[in-house]
Amino acid sequence: MSLYEQLGGDAAVNAAVDIFYRKVLQDDRISRFFVGVDMDKQAAKQKAFLTMAFGGPNSYTGLDMRRGHAHLVAQGLNDSHFDAVVEDLAATLKELGVSDALIGQVAAVAETTRNDILGK
Amino acid sequence: MAMIELGGKVYECAPPHSVLEALTAQGEAIPSGCRAGVCQSCLMRCLKGTPPAKSQEGLKTSLVQQGYFLACRCYPESDLTVALGDGPGLRQSAIVVRREMLNRDILALYLRPEAPFAYRPGQFLRLHKEANLSRCYSLASVPEFEDTLELHVRRIPDGRVSGWVHDTLAVGETVEIGDSTGHCFYVPERQDHPVLLLGTGSGLAPLYGIVRDALAQGHHGPVWLYHGSYALEGLYRQAALQELARRYPNFHYVPCVDQTGAAAEALGARTGTVLGALVADHGGFSKARVFLCGNPDMVKDARLKIFLGGASMADIFADPFLPSGS
Repeated sequence: MSLYEQLGGDAAVNAAVDIFYRKVLQDDRISRFFVGVDMDKQAAKQKAFLTMAFGGPNSYTGLDMRRGHAHLVAQGLNDSHFDAVVEDLAATLKELGVSDALIGQVAAVAETTRNDILGK
Repeated sequence: MAMIELGGKVYECAPPHSVLEALTAQGEAIPSGCRAGVCQSCLMRCLKGTPPAKSQEGLKTSLVQQGYFLACRCYPESDLTVALGDGPGLRQSAIVVRREMLNRDILALYLRPEAPFAYRPGQFLRLHKEANLSRCYSLASVPEFEDTLELHVRRIPDGRVSGWVHDTLAVGETVEIGDSTGHCFYVPERQDHPVLLLGTGSGLAPLYGIVRDALAQGHHGPVWLYHGSYALEGLYRQAALQELARRYPNFHYVPCVDQTGAAAEALGARTGTVLGALVADHGGFSKARVFLCGNPDMVKDARLKIFLGGASMADIFADPFLPSGS
């Protein structure tokens, strides 16, 4: 069974997206990067990110990730902010009762995007 | 294999290709992004036929009800007639049957469409002044109660359409209107949960339709409507809303005005913003379905506050409501 199936697929993403987005918006370390963005569009992006991190169907490329975050890197986005997002993601899954082993796998998938997101 | 009709042309769509892949491969320009059913860039509308359930997963119920689907997740087993997400842009004629000033700068315009006009209360339509000049206005009417379409037109300084509606357009004249659009309307589900409606100025228009629709459809959870204005004389439809609150014990109407003073309170209005009043009245917003309309800053602030207060993003509805729609 794939990671995505073990987590509960699309329904799990839907359950996680509100909790995760709320955590990110209230996280003083990173909230400034979300000021003034269209919340509906941002929620759709959060959902895409979670689907990818859960090992679900996605077609995002490294280039998309680079392009999509370049303006944030210019504003100072760095490793500490990436770590904060991964922490919020882990806390979201914990809240939903996901096992530590699966949380570790999700964090590992998220980790694969670090260099692209930070433009390294 | 299924046949897909778009804009009068017919295209083949066969496994393993999605509608998005089939149409773009055959030269149609369809907006798309993630191609994984997530970003909703490839949202299309089905005009004839039934889109597969898989292609509607994750969409707001109001969109599903109108036949919207995601082209990237659509592997059709039967023929479909489809349109781009914005709809085919049909136009029809309507006659101005009544005009009524609601306050010093908002006019209620009542139109009788010449052909049946399908809409849900809270959607909006495009009112055409001339070939390249039009504006969108929300519908305040409810098709089950009223056979005319009701629009609330605020006079915008130097507004070319609102000025024309206020100063020139007369009863008996014929105007062109576009199709109803927008996903800001009530769907009868979770009828015991709270419904919260916040509007400022002529942003009351869609809310006035939605709230009457929700109550008529038997919503029995608490329904709160906050209408804000610069001053007491800016409020309108108070008598009708107070009457509605008397008829439906679960409905609460809260007028709010920016001015302070005894006059407002004597008339039952709250002083301050609609968002301030909402926050004062409610501890949290989980389970709430929320409709926002009016001043863009109010909509933005309210969306953030209400989401952080526990409402799901999928339950917060706000149509773009710009002073000068393009």
